[in-house]
Amino acid sequence: MDRAATAARIAELIEPFNKKGVAISDATTFAGDLEWDSLTVMDFVAAIEDEFDIIISMNQQAEIETYGQLIDAVTKLQG
Amino acid sequence: MTDLFSKFDGLIEQRRALLSTGVTDPFNLVMEKVISPTVAICNGRETILLGTYNYMGMTFDPDVIAAGKQALDEFGSGTTGSRVLNGTYAGHRAVEDALKEFYGMDHAMVFSTGYQANLGIISTMAGKGDYIVLDIDSHASIWDGCKMGDAEVVPFKHNDIEAMEKRLKRIPEGAGKLVVLEGVYSMLGDIAPLKDMIAVAKAHGAMVLVDEAHSMGFIGPNGRGVAEDQGVLDQVDFVIGTFSKSVGTVGGFCVSNHPKFEILRLVCRPYVFTASLPPSVVHTASTSIRKLMHAADKRAHLWENSKTLHAGLIQRGFKLGTETPQSAIISVIMPDLERGAMMWEALLHEGLYVNLARPPATPAGMTLLRCSLCAAHSADQVQTIIGMFERAGKAVGII
Repeated sequence: MDRAATAARIAELIEPFNKKGVAISDATTFAGDLEWDSLTVMDFVAAIEDEFDIIISMNQQAEIETYGQLIDAVTKLQG
Repeated sequence: MTDLFSKFDGLIEQRRALLSTGVTDPFNLVMEKVISPTVAICNGRETILLGTYNYMGMTFDPDVIAAGKQALDEFGSGTTGSRVLNGTYAGHRAVEDALKEFYGMDHAMVFSTGYQANLGIISTMAGKGDYIVLDIDSHASIWDGCKMGDAEVVPFKHNDIEAMEKRLKRIPEGAGKLVVLEGVYSMLGDIAPLKDMIAVAKAHGAMVLVDEAHSMGFIGPNGRGVAEDQGVLDQVDFVIGTFSKSVGTVGGFCVSNHPKFEILRLVCRPYVFTASLPPSVVHTASTSIRKLMHAADKRAHLWENSKTLHAGLIQRGFKLGTETPQSAIISVIMPDLERGAMMWEALLHEGLYVNLARPPATPAGMTLLRCSLCAAHSADQVQTIIGMFERAGKAVGII
């Protein structure tokens, strides 16, 4: 799946987690803009992992701060 | 200049706000005198201890104390050395022998604390390119062991077998896998479905580590823990445990049947680069462990205490961490940190000590009053405790 298609899927997946209705761009940060706690992060990561059948380890998550970085990482992890 | 302390400003402010309400600092209590495993003097008041993890009440056992005193006289106050240099005394070998017998396993390795046992075994066993699959509610020592090693760390939702299996399936073929579980999770006092989880882990070729810190001495026919209770101890590659709970002193250990286990003594840094336990500690530990092998009556009484307290608190309208009593930990869920601290203080004024637990140590941001029962609590003490909870709960407006 290319970056655009991956981004479209992730946009659908993030909706139920974006409870504050923050306008999301590639520069949106999870901790800062979305103010997610660790449990929300875990549930969201699990949803992404299940959708794309990938693993995003904690080590990789530490490198992902923005929405755009997440799309890049998921695009890459699908190989 | 950036003040390196500025990262703690949020926590400093939270503490200031809490203490400005006039509540006693719940993280600064001093036990002025300890009378027995279940009673101490705090702020000059006799206080029932219900938050010590001293599950089997071994801290004042006459045989245990005698062994410690004799070791102090015969071996001195400390070893001043690493286990691999001058820090292995006869007592260190003796306590490892006691552990091998207690668990019926081939190898035992004793660390200076339980924290170091997890830190050492996990960071050493899972290296670069390996995967650690662990429960999200794992103890800090497990997380720190993951952080210290170079493995890929993959958490799954608490006690969720399907979530664990999905992650195991996605790990690249040929990679080493370590599944890390706990027998009893100490925040809510719930147990893991180890039988099913270990079967799944083994089906995917993973090695399994189970931390049985909160079950040793109490759960299972021989007190070997939840894995023994569920009949799967022989499937566990590494059991991690501690001397600072049922054993009643301090120290940590790993037991295993793996034929290559002994090499860990040379490559496990938290084992090598620290001083070994003092002789008095290892002698008290081995005496206590051997007594715990024959403690079926105490185990039965502790179960009674756990069931009575659980039922009593439910009946009085408290919200608990588990629907049924699953361990010696009964966790009472508080509406928020402020009322949790008020309830903690009200109980202390009643003459009862429990643990106040708050995020990030707790799951889902909960504030908990964590009660750990002891086999040395009498049935009368448990009734007294329930009465104290009822009065304090009404005074604070929680029930």
